[in-house]
Amino acid sequence: MATVDKSKVPWWVSNLIVPLVNLTLALFVSGIFIFIAGENPYEAVRLIIYGSFGYIEGFAYTLYYTTNFIFTGLAFAVAFHCRLFNIGGEGQAYIGGLGVFLVAINFSFLPVPIVWLLSIAGAFAFGAAWAFIPAYLQATRGSHVVITTIMFNFIAASLMVFLLVDVIRDTAQMGPHTVALPKEQWLPNFKDFAALFGIKIRYSPLNISFLLAIAASVFVWFLVWKTRWGYEMRAVGHNTQAAIYAGISPYKNIIIAMCISGGLAGLLAVNEVLGVHHKIVAGFPAGYGFTGIAVALMGRNHPIGIFPAAFLFGILYQGGSEVTFDMPNITRYMFVAVQGVIILFSGALENLFRPQIENFFVNRLNLKAKA
Amino acid sequence: MVSPILELTNINKSFGHVHANKNINLTINKGTIHGIIGENGAGKSTLMSIVFGLYQANSGIIKINGKEINLRSPKDSIINGIGMVHQHFMLVENFTVLENIILGFEGELVFGKNLEKAKKDLKNLCDTYKLNIDLNSTISDLSVGFRQRVEILKSLYRGAEILILDEPTGVLTPQEVDELFKILRSLNEEGKTIVLITHKLIEIMDLTSEVSVMRQGEMVGHTKTEDTNKEQLAEMMVGRTVLLRLDKSEVKTGDVIFKVENLSVKDDLDVTRVKNVNLEIRSGEILGLAGVTGNGQTELLEALSGIRKVESGEIYLDGKKVSDRQNFLDPRELKEKGLAHVPEDRQRMGLVTDFKAYENLIFGYHDQQPFSKSSILNHRDIISHSKKIMEEYDVRPQSPNLVTSNFSGGNQQKIILSRELNEKPKVLLVGQPTRGVDIGAIEFIHQRLIDMRDRGAAILLVSVELDEVLSLSDRIVVMFDGKVVGEKENKNVTDRELGLLMAGVI
Repeated sequence: MATVDKSKVPWWVSNLIVPLVNLTLALFVSGIFIFIAGENPYEAVRLIIYGSFGYIEGFAYTLYYTTNFIFTGLAFAVAFHCRLFNIGGEGQAYIGGLGVFLVAINFSFLPVPIVWLLSIAGAFAFGAAWAFIPAYLQATRGSHVVITTIMFNFIAASLMVFLLVDVIRDTAQMGPHTVALPKEQWLPNFKDFAALFGIKIRYSPLNISFLLAIAASVFVWFLVWKTRWGYEMRAVGHNTQAAIYAGISPYKNIIIAMCISGGLAGLLAVNEVLGVHHKIVAGFPAGYGFTGIAVALMGRNHPIGIFPAAFLFGILYQGGSEVTFDMPNITRYMFVAVQGVIILFSGALENLFRPQIENFFVNRLNLKAKA
Repeated sequence: MVSPILELTNINKSFGHVHANKNINLTINKGTIHGIIGENGAGKSTLMSIVFGLYQANSGIIKINGKEINLRSPKDSIINGIGMVHQHFMLVENFTVLENIILGFEGELVFGKNLEKAKKDLKNLCDTYKLNIDLNSTISDLSVGFRQRVEILKSLYRGAEILILDEPTGVLTPQEVDELFKILRSLNEEGKTIVLITHKLIEIMDLTSEVSVMRQGEMVGHTKTEDTNKEQLAEMMVGRTVLLRLDKSEVKTGDVIFKVENLSVKDDLDVTRVKNVNLEIRSGEILGLAGVTGNGQTELLEALSGIRKVESGEIYLDGKKVSDRQNFLDPRELKEKGLAHVPEDRQRMGLVTDFKAYENLIFGYHDQQPFSKSSILNHRDIISHSKKIMEEYDVRPQSPNLVTSNFSGGNQQKIILSRELNEKPKVLLVGQPTRGVDIGAIEFIHQRLIDMRDRGAAILLVSVELDEVLSLSDRIVVMFDGKVVGEKENKNVTDRELGLLMAGVI
């Protein structure tokens, strides 16, 4: 097999066509699963599309999931540019929830927009603080962040259960959750927004955190490619020796990258705590932290790629729940498998067909140039 | 009557858009020592890797003893009597010589009869070719020269009739080179065919009977060695006349601006690699540091540039102490004080190869005005600066947005040099400035270093190329086993003298 001249491959082939082919293949394989389970794959696809786009509340749900995936996807991507595999997004988001809640409840005497800003800062700071410990251990002791962050997920989960059961539980209720935040602090919901235009819709969890996610994407793009910090982080990530040569401290940058990463994961709590539940509910990160890894890898660790990847997973989450509702043979776990297949094809097997596809287009372009 | 043992016809090989070998025709006669000479990147190693089965040609025919063969892997080549000694040895360090040689050819599950036979065969080979190797010594205890002999022995044991050596002298002292050439001649007398890949003209003249010249992936000439001379070969290699010696003006040296006192440095394994070194460099002076690779030069450079901790001793810049065991400036602070450093290994240390060219052109200076202002990178200024210095230093292609790994070795080196020289440093530390760089660029780089010196910079030049040290330096020190073993004014010094110092003989 001849090697492909990378510089001749048009950007849209490697960045659009290849992912689309991989995705189609993944969906095809998933279709086989669904067929074996005794349901009609075609019907399942129709349901996914209907569930996630077909009606306004469904679409709002899709965007709500997208919001969470953007936060955790960005979190993973920032650390990854420094070649740190932060798989602790789950725990950092959880602790971020504590930050949001404590700030919101303790500063409720301040004007609401200020409370919001402070809560966002609180989420970021708590998430960052939770990531700081593994970062510090990595930087000074070389303890691998993959190990420490995953341990910190468990520690976070246990810590939060302890707090929610014994310390900050709403004693008037049975469940492991806190008291609700004052109603005026709740983030504006999509339902309220639609009502402004006279459109009446039923409840949906989508709220203005979605815009915060967009802002975070712009922030990450700016940070990684336009600032000295991002430049230094990438230098450490690509070639630590060279970074030391250039006077760039790996120690400092590992800590900065991990803290920003943890902070971004913490922002997920703004959506969940301030926007949806209005309190800390046990286990609210619900696996978004882990799915964020797949989102970031699929989006090639670039905000512009993370957005569509997060959106795709949003569609799968929302459309998937629609399918499990209508098709008794398809369980929720079936959709975890579908996600797995997508991650497999667009992550691990990403380059399976890349050379062939790129070759095909390069040859075609060459023919065209000759003609 | 000479008969061809190896014939190559119309060999083509491309890597992406790089056409490494274009329609190569080559005939190597039985029982000759055949030199293949060319600049770095001319395609010599690629061609020989095809012959050894490491790469497959895109097209072309290979014949051995007149029979067309298909070489899909080194195994095919070994079966057909081709052996290769690589530039970087393929030996397991903690195995003995014997274990290394039989590796992959053990022939039995429990060692016994075959091993004894192998021992006997190897002893015979050693005696025949005067290799003088103890089969039971561990590779890590052997010097580079002996390791190379082990590689040769390995090829012979596997039945090599044609022995290919890829830049065999790059890592050797002049004395070791002499020994190697002796061995190669005796192999040749016993009827073996030897192919020597090199970019050193002197080796071709010394050893070979026939020579082929490659340039930019093409075979540009074949000749008998006795019918040619160095100048003619150099011209063929480069495609134009080259000055083999630099014109260097006399410059009056100024004050001592860089001084090293009793410096000792340890490596990562806590072994002391630099032992009590004293150096002084004046402004307007190039101090050449000669030595065989691995005698402490790397650690010395790293300590001087602030990358590695000083174990004991002091470093002075401009009369002020910048580093000792307790207090030391980091690389960035040293840069601000006017010390620039071109590291020995450009890909490991000098560049982030995944970065775009413009990102590497500001590497280490990225936090200074105008490249960044309150932590935000100033893209427009960076690009215009990059374009300017890429033009000044003739970096090709002149596209700041190209990813650095797509540049050739010589151009990567120019990226580093342009970055470090552009700041007009007071002190310049340069490690192997022309390693893996073609002759045209070598000339250019050398001229730039001379210009820096004429402008009053103090330059420390560390190089394993004796020619380079001899042609650039005003003064030469030789390092052996971490110590400075000799210091000479660069007047009437011979490479012979330096070679003895480098080998630690005197």
